[in-house]
Amino acid sequence: MPEITLVEAVTLALARAMAEDKEVVLLGEDIGVDGGVFRATDGLLARFGAERVFDTPLAEAMIAGLSVGLAAQGFRPVAEIQFTGFIYPIIDQILNHASRLRTRTRGRLTCPLVVRSPYGGGIRAIEHHSESPEALFAHIPGLRVVIPSSPRRAYGLLLAAIRDPDPVMFLEPTRLYRSAREEVEDTGEPLPLDRAFVLREGGDITFVGWGAMLKETLLAADRLEADGIGAEVIDAATLKPFDTETLFASVQKTGRCVIVHEAALTGGFGGEIAARLAEGALTSLLAPVARVAGWDTVIPGLRVERHYMPGENRILEAARKTLAFA
Amino acid sequence: MAPREKAVRVEAGALGAKSEELLRYLREMLLIRRFEERAGQLYGRGLIGGYCHLYIGQEAVVVGMQSALRDGDSVITSYRDHGHVLACGIDPKEVMAELCGRRGGASHGKGGSMHMFSPERNFYGGHGIVGAQVPIGTGLAFAHRYREDGRIAVTYLGDGAINQGQVAESFNMAALWKLPVVYVIENNRYGMGTSVDRASARTDLYHRGMAHGIPGEQIDGMDVLAVRDSGLLAAKHARSGEGPIILEMVTYRYRGHSMSDPAKYRTREEVDRMRSEHDPIDQVRRRLLESGAREAELDALDKEIRGLIAEAAGFAQDSPEPDPEELFTDVFVEA
Repeated sequence: MPEITLVEAVTLALARAMAEDKEVVLLGEDIGVDGGVFRATDGLLARFGAERVFDTPLAEAMIAGLSVGLAAQGFRPVAEIQFTGFIYPIIDQILNHASRLRTRTRGRLTCPLVVRSPYGGGIRAIEHHSESPEALFAHIPGLRVVIPSSPRRAYGLLLAAIRDPDPVMFLEPTRLYRSAREEVEDTGEPLPLDRAFVLREGGDITFVGWGAMLKETLLAADRLEADGIGAEVIDAATLKPFDTETLFASVQKTGRCVIVHEAALTGGFGGEIAARLAEGALTSLLAPVARVAGWDTVIPGLRVERHYMPGENRILEAARKTLAFA
Repeated sequence: MAPREKAVRVEAGALGAKSEELLRYLREMLLIRRFEERAGQLYGRGLIGGYCHLYIGQEAVVVGMQSALRDGDSVITSYRDHGHVLACGIDPKEVMAELCGRRGGASHGKGGSMHMFSPERNFYGGHGIVGAQVPIGTGLAFAHRYREDGRIAVTYLGDGAINQGQVAESFNMAALWKLPVVYVIENNRYGMGTSVDRASARTDLYHRGMAHGIPGEQIDGMDVLAVRDSGLLAAKHARSGEGPIILEMVTYRYRGHSMSDPAKYRTREEVDRMRSEHDPIDQVRRRLLESGAREAELDALDKEIRGLIAEAAGFAQDSPEPDPEELFTDVFVEA
């Protein structure tokens, strides 16, 4: 079986979901004829036709609202927002409508909508094309937030997201689109939408992160291993709902935790994880919880981006400080 | 007032043009053309990162419009903004260095290709979010109206942006409050890879303000004189307190939407036809030659401009990287 990239795994999952269920339709800007800016929908117009794959006008709020309407009628729309920087106009539709349809109708209507969007920085693409707004969405009750970090997880989690009866924000790390490769079997098997993944086991320190940051985190874990320190690396993958259980089990073992995300520190999802540890795992902790995150600045221009993104060295530095805490 | 679909009647070049005016337009359009060609090369060499949207083919729109404005008038546009910022008179060196993310850039590399600004010259930016500049441009006009300073705001948008909800919201507000704004729709026929007929229920866009009583006109945006003449009339309309006006400039971009555009949505023949039959620079050059200009004189002008651009590219490449500490500046006011 050949290896495929993360973006190809997205295409594979979309094709699988569309083949299985006629109610799955795709809509977004330039997703049909052009196959999407990152080619995530490449070939799907040819395979499934213009009645399943819709090139929309440039109007994000409309794309989201239209999708809510389709979902309310039982369709399973998968909407693409071209870049996460373009996602903000849809917050009204997602927050005020998509996430509340089930509650408002006491379950008589649901909103099985997936919004996919390339996400995160590290590709020298400057603002609008590099942002990480996951915490904004994680704050919305009734909305799932999923971020895959490998082709297999992209495939399984996207299938699960499409089949899920509630709205899901599916944020795809742009930096990993073509750099992450592995064999993916097109089995149609979904992955759970409420479980974290332990990517590497270790007994001395726990790293928790998501998306492209895991690449840097795994490199930092390698460096620690060379020094005889065992680092456990957890891919949170589903921020909402967040798998507290897997994290607690790890921290009970290691007693030390470093949270890594590229979104700005203040109000980032790392704060939520730290709060959960304080509430439910305080007695297991041997050191204060550390956060390595983007700075509280606008995502910078291409020449200084590398100073913004948390990298292996910053992660390592935080880990050493955490490990040194008596 | 009954909605008027067309308020301004413009025959191409009806107001005529002196040779020195034509020469100025040629110079300004060539500056943009050569700049963009070089930007494309620098992008290809990895010196410009992220996204880079070239204006090649559309030069007559911004050059014609700019020549119809007065000092102090505000200008705002979308992310395809290199031509606009150059037409506002900003040094090509600063623009190129900004594209390259260098310290010598107008914003020390913090804005980049899509976010050029020059408040000193009343240029309120390139804006990366499609359509978002339209309410902002309407706000610029509101400020002019409020201050009664006799200035207008020119708000550019593309055919893609026209379908954003906030554009419709702006049109209503501008008409309701009779704001001095000229909306210039640069209809280059493709919103990224989606042609106008696949994105808009009607392919002519000048009538989009009709429901609000905003007059509109469609203009050959490849003809700098037609653009200038319509711009003069529109500016007069907006300045007179009559409220907003829409100019739809029918134009064409020769290059892809951005540098990473596979351009599967149109044929090579279509692009070649536009270039060979409608090129805005060729048109002015021809007019100049017809009115007695010498070929050698025009070639010398082009050569001079190529020199300026080479200098700008050299400046940008030699300009130092921004200090990493700049990450933390200009976020809040500094004490």
